[in-house]
Amino acid sequence: MPPDAALRVRFWGTRGSIPVAMTPAEIRRKLITALVRGAGRSLDTPEKAAAFLDGEIDFAVSDTFGGNSSCVQLVTGAQDYVLCDLGSGARVFGNDVLARHGSGGHTFHVFMSHVHWDHIMGFPFFLPIYTPSNRVRIYGCHAELEDAFRRQHAAPFFPVDFSELTARIEFVRLQPGREYEIAGLSVKAKLQSHGGDSYGYRFQRADRVVVYSTDAEHKQDDLGEVQGFVEFFRDADLVIFDSQYSLAEATSIKEDWGHSSNIVGLELCQRAHAKRLCLYHHEPLSDDQKLAALLAETRRLEEITRGDRRVEILAAYDGMEIAL
Amino acid sequence: MELTPKRYVDTVVLAPAGRLDHSTSEGFKTALAPYMASCAAGQDHIILDLAGVEYISSVGLRVLMLASKQANAQGGIIGVAALQPAVKEIFDITRFTTVLNVFPSVREGIARLSPPALSAFDAT
Repeated sequence: MPPDAALRVRFWGTRGSIPVAMTPAEIRRKLITALVRGAGRSLDTPEKAAAFLDGEIDFAVSDTFGGNSSCVQLVTGAQDYVLCDLGSGARVFGNDVLARHGSGGHTFHVFMSHVHWDHIMGFPFFLPIYTPSNRVRIYGCHAELEDAFRRQHAAPFFPVDFSELTARIEFVRLQPGREYEIAGLSVKAKLQSHGGDSYGYRFQRADRVVVYSTDAEHKQDDLGEVQGFVEFFRDADLVIFDSQYSLAEATSIKEDWGHSSNIVGLELCQRAHAKRLCLYHHEPLSDDQKLAALLAETRRLEEITRGDRRVEILAAYDGMEIAL
Repeated sequence: MELTPKRYVDTVVLAPAGRLDHSTSEGFKTALAPYMASCAAGQDHIILDLAGVEYISSVGLRVLMLASKQANAQGGIIGVAALQPAVKEIFDITRFTTVLNVFPSVREGIARLSPPALSAFDAT
């Protein structure tokens, strides 16, 4: 894809806090549901079965939202790779790069929201770091950015020390509020409320804008702070937003846990005239049915609160791709 | 914001109206504050009659949550009643129905909180 091609966003890990896997019981429920619905149908070829799943079976039954923790790729069309966060989804991404394009000669630009474990745990399993001809540039606003990655590799947590990684790995400290030109994108970071702080990123190329805003609590006590986020989301084509909790949870038993809700994401997008809201950093307790319900409810909320502009509502899943 | 209070013995019914959003919630919070001071054990119960509220945003819901927390800390009880269908949907989607006392009508709310207040309410 040429560098002037449309921006695309690909999700490699969409789960919050900790990776999860479907249980055998969940898989069995999906199979039983699909088989019962297909009873009596002529589904005797893979093509017919696939068409049946695609056309007549709900996503929550035919597929899964997945369970890897945060990792999102901005596909720019240039040779370098651009990522947000290195949760367990980074392992799958790294394997995909190796399978498609070989093990060496790659450059990766990674923007870190913060260094909590679920956002860095994919790094030791990100195979490109073990090939000398690769370059990994890790950007972030935290003073402890490099130290966190090094400590994760230290004994007794991991058998390969950071000093043994053969790729060229560089850490680049960014200042929030300042605009940078990196990998063909204009990038600006914004401080967010989260334990130990987190940072959102606004990426722009030509007239296309993607905002990555995860692990952020919005108490909305300070209306000036709220307006700051409205401006950060302003006219975005896509806002990837932490919607781990319901608003009731976020304002009661899980207050100060550092996460937000679907309704706050929607309201910020409505006020900012953003085009799409993508629910992200899914609650690990939520199975596919619950996440599908969250998506349906958020779409309904958008319908009943819509002003003169519509916000398209999406829910991220591992493997999802969005063209902007 | 005008809350047009009505007292029924130990229960005060307040009736905000219009939209409870980022532009009105601070006024709503300020107007509610004096009533919350006496929403305590052995003092008043409060019911918010939301029949006149056409929309509530997350900021408005947060005002309700803070009021509920204050009431709980003081040993008092606050509830909301008579939600318009769209507002009821917002309560359902945000799960506020699971953390606040939500009553179908003001009368049913009063009946749950205070039998003496119900008698006074029915007498009006």
